[in-house]
Amino acid sequence: MLGDGNRRSVALSATSTVIVLAALAALLAAAPGSRVVRHTFFNPTDMWRAFVGDPKAGYYSVGEALWLNIRMFVIAEILILIVALVVAVIRQSTGPVLLPLRIVSTVYVDVARGVPLILLIFAIGFGAPALSLRFVSSQSAAVYGVTALVISYSAYVSEVYRAGIGSVHRSQVAAARSLGLSQWTSMRYVILPQAVRNIIPPLLNDFISLQKDTALVGVLGSIEANKAAELFADTTFNYSSYAVAAVLFLLLTIPLARFTDHLIARDRTRRLAGAVQ
Amino acid sequence: MSRTSGGESAGGSSALRVEGLRKSFGANEVLRGIDLTVAPHEVIGLIGASGSGKSTLLRCVNLLERIDAGAIYLDGQLITGPAVNENLVRQHIGIVFQSFNLFPHMTVERNVTLAPMKVLGLPKAEALEQSKLLLDRFGLAEKRADYPDRLSGGQQQRVAIVRALAMQPRLMLLDEVTSALDPELVSEVLDVIRELAEGGMTMLIATHEMGFARDIASRVCFLADGQIIEQGPPAQLFSQPSDERTRRFLRRIVDAGRL
Repeated sequence: MLGDGNRRSVALSATSTVIVLAALAALLAAAPGSRVVRHTFFNPTDMWRAFVGDPKAGYYSVGEALWLNIRMFVIAEILILIVALVVAVIRQSTGPVLLPLRIVSTVYVDVARGVPLILLIFAIGFGAPALSLRFVSSQSAAVYGVTALVISYSAYVSEVYRAGIGSVHRSQVAAARSLGLSQWTSMRYVILPQAVRNIIPPLLNDFISLQKDTALVGVLGSIEANKAAELFADTTFNYSSYAVAAVLFLLLTIPLARFTDHLIARDRTRRLAGAVQ
Repeated sequence: MSRTSGGESAGGSSALRVEGLRKSFGANEVLRGIDLTVAPHEVIGLIGASGSGKSTLLRCVNLLERIDAGAIYLDGQLITGPAVNENLVRQHIGIVFQSFNLFPHMTVERNVTLAPMKVLGLPKAEALEQSKLLLDRFGLAEKRADYPDRLSGGQQQRVAIVRALAMQPRLMLLDEVTSALDPELVSEVLDVIRELAEGGMTMLIATHEMGFARDIASRVCFLADGQIIEQGPPAQLFSQPSDERTRRFLRRIVDAGRL
């Protein structure tokens, strides 16, 4: 199937990739501290020990800890999709009755986007237990972490939704309303389905970011991958565990990144096909 | 629509009555006192240059624009008052736009059945049956399962008309429905409108197709600067316009070879 030109460009890109990688490896190997770096950060033996863990020796499996990141990510993602949608729909509503809610949503988005996520995690992780409320104050660190992630990311994602809603042409609203559909029914059946199609790539982009940020919940003491790596390093004075955590996070985020690219490419093809017609 | 109070009723047996309608966009006054009465089954042609207010008038009638002054009555019922349920009013008034505005993420059938199901609460089977009948009637039976971007402009516009008809409106507003079409696709849409007129549908048709307006309209209104300058039966208005502005407009149309 590959034409001559195509085969040539594949060969060229393969060669240039090899050269660049080789240059980087050479630079790393030639650096004065190369041996120390390789031993401290990329020691295969320590990497394996960190991956499988040894609670008796004082550190946990980084691989197993990643499971907590995955669970936090999935739960947070679902909640964010719902909360952000509600916030976005409230913010773009026009009725005078909803004005108080609009003000609350606007303030929420401004504050939640403006405060560094790490501060939000601290505030909830240490603040909620201090309140001594029944149920609220007796949750695990991971729950507080997920709550902070949801609060922070919903603010961002609600803006993505809002952009998506704004990207649907006003004539679609007019067409829907002219048929007697109420504002909410128009939103539900006509505007949102089109809006969501437009925002899938930026939405996935935010979720790639969210996957990594689950690592921040470690500051509350949850044994997630980054925290497990830290414990290994503290115990053994070898940082190879961080390399393990990094690789594991890459294994999570890269497929999602490729999938996002795929969707963007598909969308472009579809638009082009539509433009021809 | 139920009558809420006797005081709101006016206009006698007219299907639509517009009184002293004014509408501005910012400093730009687009409609400067429109008075128009439409009898049941009447077909009104609205002609006039771009920017004369034809589209705005139609959008006001469908409550898509909030009016600044005046009143609009549908079947004698005030529809521009403060306590009016605009969703309810719009159920009775169909509008078809220049740019079709079909829902691109829905099949033709879903475009047609959405409002009857979600607004009128028609059971799915019934809505599908009705949509099938309408699509058949306008030669779109085979397009039922297609998405709008697979259809020609003429087909899309016919689907848009069917979509409006599926709500069984008492009044249809057509806003330059052939202006976005390739010339060879215009006639298939005009045929549909002609069929509606013959079926007794009350219609307000804003159009640049003077020949069509002359053929189909029972009355033609010439708009300029947000006012109805002149109105009358097409034969009279096209052959003996009394106002100088109407004459000038028609002369330009004739010079452009469009009449």
